[in-house]
Amino acid sequence: MASLGERMKELKIDAKDMDYRELNEKIHEVLDENKDLEKLVLENVLGQRFIGNGVSRKDLTIIVNGVPGGDLGMFMKGPKVVVNGNADHAPGNTMDEGFVVIHGSSGDVTGHSMRGGKVYVQGNVGYRSGIHMKEYKYKFPVLVIGGAAKDFLGEYMAGGIILNLNMDQEDSENIEGRMIATGIHGGVIYVRGIVKSSQLGIAADIKEFTEEDVEKITPYIEEFCAEFGYSNEIKEKLINSKYTKIAPISSRPFQKLYTPDLR
Amino acid sequence: MCGIIGFMSRTGRLISGDRIATALNCLKERGNGEGSGYVGYGIYPDYKDDYAIHVFLDATKDYDKIRHEVEEVLVKYGYILKDEEIPTEEGIIKKEQVSWRFFYRFDEKYKSVEEDMMVDIVMDINAKIDGAFVFSSGKNMGVFKAAAWPLEVAEYFKIDQYKGFQWLSHARYPTNTKGWWGGAHPFNLLGWSVVHNGEITSYGANKRYVESFGYKCKLLTDTEVVAYLFDLLIRKHKIPVEYAMSALAPRFWDEIESMSEEDKKIHEAIRMTYGGATMNGPFGIVVGTQEGMAFMNGEVEEGNTMVGLTDRIKLRPLVAAEKDDLLFVSSEESAIRKICPELDRVWMPDAGRMVIAKLEKKI
Repeated sequence: MASLGERMKELKIDAKDMDYRELNEKIHEVLDENKDLEKLVLENVLGQRFIGNGVSRKDLTIIVNGVPGGDLGMFMKGPKVVVNGNADHAPGNTMDEGFVVIHGSSGDVTGHSMRGGKVYVQGNVGYRSGIHMKEYKYKFPVLVIGGAAKDFLGEYMAGGIILNLNMDQEDSENIEGRMIATGIHGGVIYVRGIVKSSQLGIAADIKEFTEEDVEKITPYIEEFCAEFGYSNEIKEKLINSKYTKIAPISSRPFQKLYTPDLR
Repeated sequence: MCGIIGFMSRTGRLISGDRIATALNCLKERGNGEGSGYVGYGIYPDYKDDYAIHVFLDATKDYDKIRHEVEEVLVKYGYILKDEEIPTEEGIIKKEQVSWRFFYRFDEKYKSVEEDMMVDIVMDINAKIDGAFVFSSGKNMGVFKAAAWPLEVAEYFKIDQYKGFQWLSHARYPTNTKGWWGGAHPFNLLGWSVVHNGEITSYGANKRYVESFGYKCKLLTDTEVVAYLFDLLIRKHKIPVEYAMSALAPRFWDEIESMSEEDKKIHEAIRMTYGGATMNGPFGIVVGTQEGMAFMNGEVEEGNTMVGLTDRIKLRPLVAAEKDDLLFVSSEESAIRKICPELDRVWMPDAGRMVIAKLEKKI
C-alpha cells in the first residue's frame, strides 16, 4: 500500500469494452491527480482512438497493451507511448514532442503531419506514411519504419527524416512503391534498398548517399535496434546497408506551376 | 467515414449472426446511426435453391395492398413457396418499413433465364410499385438493414438466430443522400451484395454506362451502381473476376507500359472496352458474390466468394486477416480482433488490388 505521502509512480487502467471518450477522459483524470506519475499501463485496448491525445508531460511512459484505434498520441507533447500490438491509422498525428514505439505494424498516414518527436514502427506501415511531416528550428520529427512502406511515402514532406529499413529484404533488392515523396519540399527520406527514379513522385529527386548521411542515420538505427531488442549483428548490417537518399528538387517545387518564368 | 467488416468461412462453416453484429458495433464510430446493415449467405438452408426476396413495404395502414401488388408481379413468372413478415423485435427502432420476404421459384420454362428475369422483376418492382423496395434478391441469403445503429438493427432483425458461412456488414455515414432504410448498405442484386465506404465520384459516368445495359439506378446512392457493374461484368459478360476488378480499378497507364506484351494487351483492352466501368473517387468495398464465377484460368469456380477492394490510390482503409478457415476484411483491425482475438495473419492489401476468399466446396 503506497503511503499517502508517496505519490503514485505507476497506475493501470483496464480499457476492456470502454468507449474511447471514457478511456481518454480517465487518462487525463489520472494524470491530473498524479502529477509525479511515471508509468501508465492500459490493458485490453481494442480500437479506442486518440489515446494520449494532447497529453503534455515529460518523464511519462504510457504502455498500450492491445490494438489502439487511430490518431494515437495526436497533438502529444513529451510522453513516450509504447504499443504492444498493431496500431491503426495516423499514430503520432501532428505530434509535437515525444516518442511513439509500435511493437507491430501500423496503418495509413503513420506520422501524419508530425512537428517533432519520433515514431518508430517495428513492422510495416500503410500508404502516405510521413505525409506533411515538417521541421522548424529545434523541432525535428523522425519516422523510422522497420518493415516496408506503401505508396506515397513522405508525400508533401517539409522536414525531418524518414528512415525506411525494409528489414524483410536485402539492401540489394528493388523496393516496391510508387509516387514516393510526391510534393516533397523539405526534409529527407532514406530507403534501405534500391529505388528507381520512375517510382518517385513529382518534386522528389534521388541524391547521392554519402558518409555524412551514414553518420546522420546511425544514431536512429542504434536507438531503433535498442528499442526493439535487435542484436549488434543486425544493427551493424543495417548501418552498413545501401540506402537510396530521396530529397526535394527544390524548396519551392511548384513555384512555376501557375506563373511561367516571367523574367 | 463508413465502417465495413465482412468475413467468410472457406469451408462453409455456418456462424451465428451475433458475431458480425459485435464486430460491426466496434466500427459504429465510423457511422452516425443513419443506417446499418448485414447480409448473411447460407442462412436459408430449407430454401437453398429458391430465391429469398426481401421487400420493404412502406409502413402505412395499407401496406398489405403494396404487398399484394408485389405478389401479383411475382406470380406471373413462378410460384411463391412461402411469404411472411421477416421476424422483428418490437421497441428497438421506429418501424418505418414493413420488412417482408417471399421464398420464390421460377416456372420451369423460365429456368434457363431466371437470373435475367429476377433482375428485371427487381427493377420493375422498385420503379413501378410505390412504397415497395426489393432490398435482397439472392438464393440462400438475405439482407437485414434499417436506418439505425449497428446493434439496434441486429437486435431488431434478431440476426443472432440466423447462421451463415459468409457475412458482410456496414455502418453508414451518409454523404450524398438522406439516411433511409433502403439507402443503408449492403446493397444487393441476385447474389451480389456490396458494402462501400467512400464516394464513387464517377457515379454519373458509371450510371449512364450500366443504364445502357438496362439497369435502372433508382436508389440515389452511388453504391447501387457497384452491384450492377459486378452483375454486368461477371455474370453477363463472363469476365474472370481478376480482370473484372481491373476494369473497376484499372492499372495506371505507366504500369501497363511496363507490363509483358500479353498483359499489356489485356489491360489496354480492358481499359478501352470498359472505360465506363472505371470507378473513380475514394472507396473501399467488400462484395459478396454470385455463385459460379469464372476465374482467370477459365475454370468456373463453384460457390460464393467474398472480394475486398480499395481505390487505386488508397483513399480508404482496408485490412485483411486470416484465422484457420476464416478470412476477414475490415475498415479497422480492432473490429476483426473483437470477434477473433488470435489471428494467423493480418495484412494490408495493395491499393486497387483485390483480396478474395473462395469457398472450398459448393454449399
